[in-house]
Amino acid sequence: MSIAIDRDKCIGCGKCHDVCPGTLIRLDDARRAYIRYPRDCWGCTSCIKECPVYAIRFYLGADIGGMGSLVHTEREGDILRWIIDSPDGSVSEIRIDQKESNKY
Amino acid sequence: MDIKRIKTDVLIIGGGTAGCYAAMTIAERSDKKVVICEKAHIKRSGCLAAGVNALNAYIVEGRTPQDYVDYCRNDAAGIVREDLLLTMSERLNAVTERLEQLGLVILKDENGKYAARGNRNIKINGENIKPLLASAVQALPDVTVLNRVNITDIDVTDNRVNGAFGIGIESGIFYVIEAAAVIIATGGAAGLYKPNNPGFSRHKMWYPPFNTGAGYAMGIRHGAEMTTFEMRFIALRCKDTIAPTGTLAQGVGAKQVNSLGEVYETKYGLTTSERVYGTVNENQEGRGPCYLRTEGITPEQDESLLKAYLNMAPSQTLKWIESGLAPSGQNVEIEGTEPYIVGGHTASGFWVDTKRSTTIRGLYAAGDVAGGAPQKYVTGALAEGELAAVSVVEFLESNDTSEISEGSVQAQLEEAERFLGEDHSLYSTEQLEEAMQTVMDSYAGGIKTNYRFNEKQLDIADRKIRQLYALSDSLHADDPQELMYIYELRERLVVCRSVIAHLKARHETRWHSFAENLDYPERDDKNWYKYVNSRLENGEIKIILRDITERGTVYEHSD
Ligand SMILES: Cc1cc2nc3c(=O)[nH]c(=O)nc-3n(C[C@H](O)[C@H](O)[C@H](O)COP(=O)(O)OP(=O)(O)OC[C@H]3O[C@@H](n4cnc5c(N)ncnc54)[C@H](O)[C@@H]3O)c2cc1C
Ligand code: SF4
Ligand code: SF4
Repeated sequence: MSIAIDRDKCIGCGKCHDVCPGTLIRLDDARRAYIRYPRDCWGCTSCIKECPVYAIRFYLGADIGGMGSLVHTEREGDILRWIIDSPDGSVSEIRIDQKESNKY
Repeated sequence: MDIKRIKTDVLIIGGGTAGCYAAMTIAERSDKKVVICEKAHIKRSGCLAAGVNALNAYIVEGRTPQDYVDYCRNDAAGIVREDLLLTMSERLNAVTERLEQLGLVILKDENGKYAARGNRNIKINGENIKPLLASAVQALPDVTVLNRVNITDIDVTDNRVNGAFGIGIESGIFYVIEAAAVIIATGGAAGLYKPNNPGFSRHKMWYPPFNTGAGYAMGIRHGAEMTTFEMRFIALRCKDTIAPTGTLAQGVGAKQVNSLGEVYETKYGLTTSERVYGTVNENQEGRGPCYLRTEGITPEQDESLLKAYLNMAPSQTLKWIESGLAPSGQNVEIEGTEPYIVGGHTASGFWVDTKRSTTIRGLYAAGDVAGGAPQKYVTGALAEGELAAVSVVEFLESNDTSEISEGSVQAQLEEAERFLGEDHSLYSTEQLEEAMQTVMDSYAGGIKTNYRFNEKQLDIADRKIRQLYALSDSLHADDPQELMYIYELRERLVVCRSVIAHLKARHETRWHSFAENLDYPERDDKNWYKYVNSRLENGEIKIILRDITERGTVYEHSD
């Protein structure tokens, strides 16, 4: 999997760059984030959880069966919302209370 | 390159699970100065980046630390260090409580006790486990964290560590860090073998592709004794997403079934390696693909699984959603990963004593980089971080001094500057990395050969890996991050050589798939109930066979 960064949304805060465990994200001369090595993304979603303007989304590569959906997270207090945009325009959402443990 | 010199009491290489906990322990017990060098940023670096699903090592009500030791020993067919496992197991519950104090959410039962998942696991929300550890470390006044500093080597004279060298992978600064003691906590090694999906998703692997075996390579190069590299770790994972399967197997009790719907796990046995082996065999005999049987689970279980995976391996949840079917509607296809070297799952790594001291004076190892104690997982890595830290505090009382000579600084600096110099290389670092992975895949028991190998193949692998190392001498880097990639490739090649030597040394098959030697397909307890250790002497790997440290005894470094 890899990530896609929406250049127009990015406000250049640099948080995604700071957090990436592979140092894969850079800021260009206009202070817009881009992924320097898309093939090197581990898919940990750390950058996505940091972005204050939800400019980063992740997708599965076609080689591992990806079908074009894009995922991002939004935080509301203790709730982490996982939002999945499908290519057909439908949107699904899973809400996770961060104060709640996994059941399994 | 600009040089920055730092002097500290303790250097911790790798600000991951074990490294962070070691720093916290030193700060609690002394006023010593600590520097952590982390190649990424401690907030989300290493294994814990995406979060973890459960604490896999915990002594639940009614069980004892010795029970945990017995479980690990059985899973590894005896080749473990019981003294290391016991000292670790005794700390598991205390470090868990500390995690809860830091803010980790742990599920409790009606009596306020941690709710168990099976005999050894407890349930958590582990999404933010690394940020919690990182904030605790960042609050410590005597601990300095240097993020984005990749340590390229340690400095050792007369078998005493003096510190380490590093490069600022964005600043391009060359670091010389002198330290009275060093804790190495760089994790294990991924990327040695060709991965499941070598194309666009090559890094969608289980183990972090950024843990490249640096610590092992540093130990090997400086003649530290290393152990059990032949016990590779191959994970059984969800196909494509390479997401963990434990949540399905232990969480909702999903069984391994073949394409005929037959439960095959009982046929091969239930140890970690047997579960992989069974899957490989079912495929080979024409009964693939294999699955974890989730069809028919309840809607509540579906919902919980979708959430649990988002907390640790979000791509699997995406996979379910994109396919339009939840786990109750389709079994989850499984496959074995490429082999990794991970001392927190199997027993590979530095040969340490119960203080987590390596055979190099002043150098301690903790977590996935340390050998002898498999099934450490998160809590075991924390426990070893603590044990190493306690030993370091004690060691510092001896006031044993150390110094990095100007000669070694210049040699290291020249090497780095040579890679950054003029570009004469025909090959790129990436090409040599792919070549290495292809060699390991074809000749050292990768996915291609169903993890099997023979001596002739290993000889070819060894020759080719040496050739690639020689080729890597003339690689070129345009910037400091590419320079790090050259060092990463070279450390992987060093680790590959040792893995090959160890695979060749053990003349038996003790663990299917993990070390399946077709020249010696049987287990041989008479001759091989032993540790296979090694040490680099004059550029050659010398194999050392050692007797098993039996229950109730403790190994101490002497020769
Ligand atoms: C995907 C995944 C899921 C897991 N899930 C669970 C689970 O649910 N439950 C459980 O109990 N265990 C789980 N584990 C196992 C557990 O997370 C690990 O065993 C443990 O975290 C290892 O700790 P460590 O400190 O050895 O390595 P890490 O935490 O990986 O730390 C190593 C650190 O060293 C840094 N580093 C490496 N090389 C250098 C260098 N040259 N210079 C500077 N820094 C360097 C890395 O960036 C990293 O931060 C999981 C592991 C993985 C990979
Ligand atoms: S998902 Fe993880 S590895 Fe990929 S770019 Fe984001 S932070 Fe880096
Ligand atoms: S976190 Fe978001 S806004 Fe900030 S630099 Fe990255 S993409 Fe841009």
